[in-house]
Amino acid sequence: MSDPRSPSPPPADDSAGSTVTVSGHDTPDPRLLGGGPRPSGSVRWTLALIALGVFATVAGAAFLLSAFGVSPFDEFSVPWPNWLLDTTTTPEKLGVMVFAIVLFVVVMALILLSVDRARAVPNWALVAAFLGPALLMLAFGLLYPMFRTIRESFFDRTGANYIGFDNYVTMFSQNEFQIVLRNTLIWVLLVPILATFIGLVYAVLVDRTRFEALAKGLIFLPMAISLVGASIIWRFVYAYRPDQDGVAQIGLINQLLVWIGFEPQQFLLGAPMNTFWLLIVMIWVQTGFAMTVLSAAIKAIPDDIVEAARLDGLTGIRMFRYITVPSIRPALIVVMVTVTMTTLKAFDIVRTMTGGQFETSVVANEFYTQSFRQGNFGLGATLAVFLFVLVIPVVIYQVRQLRLAEEIR
Amino acid sequence: MTTTPTPPVVPADTAAIPRQLTAAERRAAAARAKLSSPWASAVAIVIALVWTIPTIGLLVSSFRPQQSINTSGWWTWFTNPEFTFANYDEVLFGARESFSTYFINSIVITLPAVVIPITLALLAAYAFAWIDFKGRDILFVAVFALQIVPLQVALIPLMQQYVRWEIAGSFWTVWLSHSIFALPLATFLLHNFMKDIPPSLVEAARVDGAGHVKIFFRVLLPLLVPAIAAFGIFQFLWVWNDLLVALTFAGGTPNVAPLTARLAELAGSRGEAWHLLTAGAFVAMIVPLVVFLALQRYFVRGLLSGGVKG
Repeated sequence: MSDPRSPSPPPADDSAGSTVTVSGHDTPDPRLLGGGPRPSGSVRWTLALIALGVFATVAGAAFLLSAFGVSPFDEFSVPWPNWLLDTTTTPEKLGVMVFAIVLFVVVMALILLSVDRARAVPNWALVAAFLGPALLMLAFGLLYPMFRTIRESFFDRTGANYIGFDNYVTMFSQNEFQIVLRNTLIWVLLVPILATFIGLVYAVLVDRTRFEALAKGLIFLPMAISLVGASIIWRFVYAYRPDQDGVAQIGLINQLLVWIGFEPQQFLLGAPMNTFWLLIVMIWVQTGFAMTVLSAAIKAIPDDIVEAARLDGLTGIRMFRYITVPSIRPALIVVMVTVTMTTLKAFDIVRTMTGGQFETSVVANEFYTQSFRQGNFGLGATLAVFLFVLVIPVVIYQVRQLRLAEEIR
Repeated sequence: MTTTPTPPVVPADTAAIPRQLTAAERRAAAARAKLSSPWASAVAIVIALVWTIPTIGLLVSSFRPQQSINTSGWWTWFTNPEFTFANYDEVLFGARESFSTYFINSIVITLPAVVIPITLALLAAYAFAWIDFKGRDILFVAVFALQIVPLQVALIPLMQQYVRWEIAGSFWTVWLSHSIFALPLATFLLHNFMKDIPPSLVEAARVDGAGHVKIFFRVLLPLLVPAIAAFGIFQFLWVWNDLLVALTFAGGTPNVAPLTARLAELAGSRGEAWHLLTAGAFVAMIVPLVVFLALQRYFVRGLLSGGVKG
């Protein structure tokens, strides 16, 4: 990628020397924050290189060590002051919160000041200051744990004994886990398709009507509600009261059933239909997202295309089929992929509505149950790895799309 | 902007009607014709009802007395209105539920978990957008790819790490985890916005002798306020509504656990206590709903820049 916006300092070279032409004095300048525009560049350059080297070494070593089951962060014990960790009263909590934010701001200000003061800041120091904190956190909090989890998936429930692929065999062969896999498949197939479809139909129907803003707002609102909240809302909709004289239904759907002459149902208990009742909640939450993105895409269809199609006599459903849908294909794909990802990882609904009982569990929920309820770290890790494997194709696809987008830019 | 000639009608009328392009007007007319088709309107109305009635049911129920909630449907409220704050009183301040404590926890968790990742991601996005260095593209793709990695793969090792560091069960673990998990998406979104800023602006500042830090604060930051608002809402909603990270790191203690964790626990332990569940759910919902409605514009912009840009 050739970027015309190259910064004023020459692009940093890997080999030393190219940027340090100004270095005149050999004694290292100890002042990190001070320093004028004078030739302290070489010192900073060295410091930055050291910092970068340390970072690379730590990260690299961490990955290598994790493969052998050694944790590099182990021997890091600080006698934390009690008030930082034990917060019971409201003032204590708020105090620690303010302290955390101030601490963060001060640290970042120091880092930025140190690269701002000197004129001859080498590129690497700049990059390290701007990018370092984020990369360090990602390496510590996502990359390294990822490798550890992969490793752990080959160990037993305590993580002490290597057991090869046993966890994977368990996951794919045992009956209860096959149900989990089946449910996950149902979720991942139905939620994206239905949410996208309903969102698209609704977006087309309300497009450029008088009530558009209000109509969209109604569908949109569930996005602000937590999945836990949405689950409670829908559990109330599904609520069941025994079918006896003098007992009124309090759940809307069962009341509707009774009104039209059917018996009330225990929606959440009967497998396999209960999985469908659960995934409706996810559709309910995700449709707003689909509708918003697709609505914007529909509005971006050039007027002359619509006009030409109309002159050719296209209306209604055929307009939708031959003009609208093909024109917004990229947006459709993005929405489907995004909803699929969200669905795959979400465990809140299953956990809140049934706790994974009655054959409703999905992989994300089973991960939580195995890891933190059953204490089976090995199997939990295996389920997490399985989730990870499922999203890898999407990662690759997304990266390709990103590359394409960058080329167009 | 194309100005359409003012049509020769009553001036009061023209002032009320916004000037539109004729093609757009025609499309709007077509849309009106479309909705006048009875089936289309019926479908739209049914969808709108299904998407609102469940929430209305919850809201109405939360104000009904416990006895009524358990013996009659919430729709009877419209013929037999009753109104009480008793449910809210019990759920917020009752000795057993004390949602007010968890409400504070949610606030304490959310603020740093929004501020910290946005700041870090802004800096990272700046580096990716405006500083040239070797391996930049590779690094950016790597960070971008990380946003799809399921959190689940990081939870167990992170928790073990926190236990070793003896900070498990404190707010610090929740802040740190949320910040880490937000970074990939935040960096990607803010980078998108940064790339949209005309390079000439940055060039001009550079010619004037401004360094990267100055350019970042003086030139880019003011222009990025809408982008920051957009991601800020994302992150706010995500953290406030999150259950997975909260359950894993904040456990169930009233010292750190947020509202969602408490609500989920209540749903598990007292699944039929509807007077508490309805009021509790609404307590947990009210802040995100208000923020969401107030800043909806930015939220939509964020969605679109992250979603359909590619």
